[in-house]
Amino acid sequence: MRSRLFLWLPLALFAFFAGLAGYMLTQDKTEFVESAMIGQSLPDFALKPAFDGLPGAARSDLVGGQPRLLNIWASWCLPCIAEAPQLEALQAQGVEIVGIAIRDRPEDVANFLARHGNPYTRIGADDISEVQLAIGSSGVPETFVIDAAGVIRYQHIGDIRESDIPILLAELEKAR
Amino acid sequence: MIRVLLTFLAALIALPLSAQDTMPPAPYAYNQLDDPALEAQATALMHTLRCLKCQSQSIADSDAPMAGDMRHQVRSRILAGESPEEIRAWLVARYGDYVSYTPTVSSSTWPLFAIPALLILIVAAVLLRRLGRRRVDAGDAS
Amino acid sequence: MIAEIGLAALWLAAALAVLQMVSGAFALRSAEGEANPLAIYARPAAVMQALLAGLAFTMLVWAFAVTDLSVKLVAANSHSMKPMIYKLTGTWGNHEGSMLLWVGVLALSGGLIALFERRLPERTMSAALAVQGFVALGFYAFLLLSSNPFERLPVPAIEGSGLNPLLQDIGLAFHPPTLYAGYVGLSVAFSLAMGALLTREVNPTFARVMRPWVLGAWVLLTFGITAGSYWAYYELGWGGWWFWDPVENASLMPWLAATALLHSVAVLAARDALRTWTIMLGVLAFSMSMLGTFLVRSGVLTSVHAFAVDPERGAFILGLLALNIGGAFTIFALRAGAVAEGKRFSFSSREGALVFNNVMLSAILAIVLLGTLYPLLTEAFDVRVSVGPPYFNPASAMFAIPMFLVMAVGPLLRWKEDSPRRIRFEVLLLAAILIGVIGLVSFFGQFALLPLLGLGLAAALGVAAFLPLRGRKLTRVPVATWGMVMAHFGIAVSLFGMASEGAFTQERLAAVAPGGSDQVGEFTFTLQSVNPVAGPNWTAIEARIAVSRDGGTPVILTPQARNFWSPAQSTSESALLTRWDGQLYAVIGNQAADGRWQIRMWWKPFVTFIWYGGLLIALGGVLAIIGRVRVDMKRRKAVSLGDERRADLEALGTAPVPAE
Repeated sequence: MRSRLFLWLPLALFAFFAGLAGYMLTQDKTEFVESAMIGQSLPDFALKPAFDGLPGAARSDLVGGQPRLLNIWASWCLPCIAEAPQLEALQAQGVEIVGIAIRDRPEDVANFLARHGNPYTRIGADDISEVQLAIGSSGVPETFVIDAAGVIRYQHIGDIRESDIPILLAELEKAR
Repeated sequence: MIRVLLTFLAALIALPLSAQDTMPPAPYAYNQLDDPALEAQATALMHTLRCLKCQSQSIADSDAPMAGDMRHQVRSRILAGESPEEIRAWLVARYGDYVSYTPTVSSSTWPLFAIPALLILIVAAVLLRRLGRRRVDAGDAS
Repeated sequence: MIAEIGLAALWLAAALAVLQMVSGAFALRSAEGEANPLAIYARPAAVMQALLAGLAFTMLVWAFAVTDLSVKLVAANSHSMKPMIYKLTGTWGNHEGSMLLWVGVLALSGGLIALFERRLPERTMSAALAVQGFVALGFYAFLLLSSNPFERLPVPAIEGSGLNPLLQDIGLAFHPPTLYAGYVGLSVAFSLAMGALLTREVNPTFARVMRPWVLGAWVLLTFGITAGSYWAYYELGWGGWWFWDPVENASLMPWLAATALLHSVAVLAARDALRTWTIMLGVLAFSMSMLGTFLVRSGVLTSVHAFAVDPERGAFILGLLALNIGGAFTIFALRAGAVAEGKRFSFSSREGALVFNNVMLSAILAIVLLGTLYPLLTEAFDVRVSVGPPYFNPASAMFAIPMFLVMAVGPLLRWKEDSPRRIRFEVLLLAAILIGVIGLVSFFGQFALLPLLGLGLAAALGVAAFLPLRGRKLTRVPVATWGMVMAHFGIAVSLFGMASEGAFTQERLAAVAPGGSDQVGEFTFTLQSVNPVAGPNWTAIEARIAVSRDGGTPVILTPQARNFWSPAQSTSESALLTRWDGQLYAVIGNQAADGRWQIRMWWKPFVTFIWYGGLLIALGGVLAIIGRVRVDMKRRKAVSLGDERRADLEALGTAPVPAE
């Protein structure tokens, strides 16, 4: 009688799958798609102002001096309302925040800022998600740390909670 | 008359429901390129790019605004003379392999290609074993 | 009260599953010919359990029908304003309800074999019933302990939150019940295979018993997948009919295994060969069903069709998988060595062709499994990859094409040993058709390789399907053979539809002002007007589009963009114009600032053949069941007649004389 070892093969394959699936069940499932642009230079762009109150945003506005935050947001996005106080807190600590408003109308942007506060120094209007795609962002809100040389150093996906503020400050410090 | 009015009213109420933007889609999100050959290239590519905001759909099968903006990128880049593979590489450089439904051989995907190759070997071996030695077996059986 | 009756029925059914399992196990332990006093309960327990599970399911349907908002499941998934049909179908449009449907079908299958299957040795039957009881018990536990569909709310809800609008479609009435019946029907093959393995009764009688059950499950599965594909096609609004989404793959994998199984069971029944292999496939087919359940409900993979997912439930199902599949594979590894290989045969024989196709089907199954689970593997290393159509199509075609080639000639070969030279004419004919069609099509235009091959293969297979009837008197051809011809022809039809859709589809996306026109293929379409309309739980804008082909009489199409208010979600309802040679697919999109409307139009030549083919395959399966069961009934009748006559003669005390 020949060896019947291969009869154990189905069980072995199944055991491998069960182990893998069991392990994955214990892991937090992240639905986020991380940008592959971390460590890369910010792509060139120049966006028109999102509304009358603030200037538009271009790559050159994010280069030089102190590291800055680049905040991808929109007035129609509900989590953006939730993160507005945290952005203001960051601004109060002297962080410069450049905003990019995705597919937004000037009057909606103005209304949003009037209601939820304005932490931005400039806001560019990205009507076709051009810049969003170019930096590998897959949703709103997202926040990027850009250093003085114009390199993307860190990406925060989702709304900024209070607990995220020290993390972002530390990342800004690291990018200095 | 009353029904028509009610219908109108209902349509009005239904409009501002979702937390979506109300901006018009990007020019090439829902419009084709004039050149059929270029449009065919773009369509083929769009069917192999993943919509990042959706659950497992290609950007060619999705109404998500971001999928529309990605379609616009694809079509306008094709129009500007880029090749489909250049566009795919551009997106992969931004979102990683996740954005492309076409796996390429890399350090993280080689088993996808090695296992089918192995499978062909196994299939050949099984067939030879089961079916190849008929003379011997025929001798045994009789 | 309704919910309490349902819950009580479910607990009772679970208790009966224990009895069925224990009783079956005792029968297995008793020696040959000796009756264990506990053994007699297995069959009645299985039948009662089917009735109770059926009662539980009926109670849930009732709760949905009357929108009993004190039941948590109803409140979370239904709405009093929903049309009645969607209240009923909504019963299985959620995790708990669909799981109850799953368990109900499981109990029903067990009840049916317990009631009707009398041909197997009693020990094998008891073992099979014990296994069926064991599997059922696991799923009852899952339902009762972690997904109770009958849970009450402390305070009844004022209104339900409604059903996902994408599911508010007649497709929900057909697709899940048939698909589930198919998935779970395969549990019978699983239990019978385990029973035969445990009692070492793997033989042609066993194969003949198993065959109608496998065929039945396979027919339902085929129909369920076909219905699901068509539903996704018209509901999702972009004209795609298969996305290689994990959940779709989860339905394809049991189908592939079941297809292989019903062919290998045919070999076992006719020739007493492929014993171990048939057992393996019997276990594998239902294992794939359970794996699919795990993938859909645990949320480990991202899918467009997934249920509300919950890792805790995922862990429970994974535990069940480990018990059922792990246990079955362990017994297989221990016992299969003891099952003799069965008879040998030559390569150029019917069995040879069937083995070839079995191996190819298994290889395709392996590819689909690999591509579906691979993202799970890389995510364990925090790398996210996507595996999609550009991978699945060529990788599965690599094995499907040789399979189709062998499928064309396999049915022409004789059992055991045949000379390839005998069917030389047929082979040459089919090769000529294949090459001719490919040549002809590529002469008229540039097409991708796979659709081109698909068209050639479809033509060759379409002819090949009928070749087994050549030179036979059609009235004398057995019904089961007609079934095979029909199913194989269905494959050709479906393949033709797929290839044609891939090669010839024309797309037109346009912004059209009311009164404006545009063109797609041979069709001219004019947007006449866009009006608001209202349904019972939605409002919509509806476009009136006049379509005329080559300047013929216009037909009005009315695609809608619907807004449902509970839950708030919008869907696009495509409008379809079906002609014998294809379908025109129209969708209305948004209005641009300049007042023009976005219209999406596709002309998809012969796309309907994909689903016609699916229906033909299922019909072929039905014919095969009818044929097999009829032959079996005749045989049994003949045997019992013979027995009676012999008994009569003995009673008369005369020597047997030739009849008449």
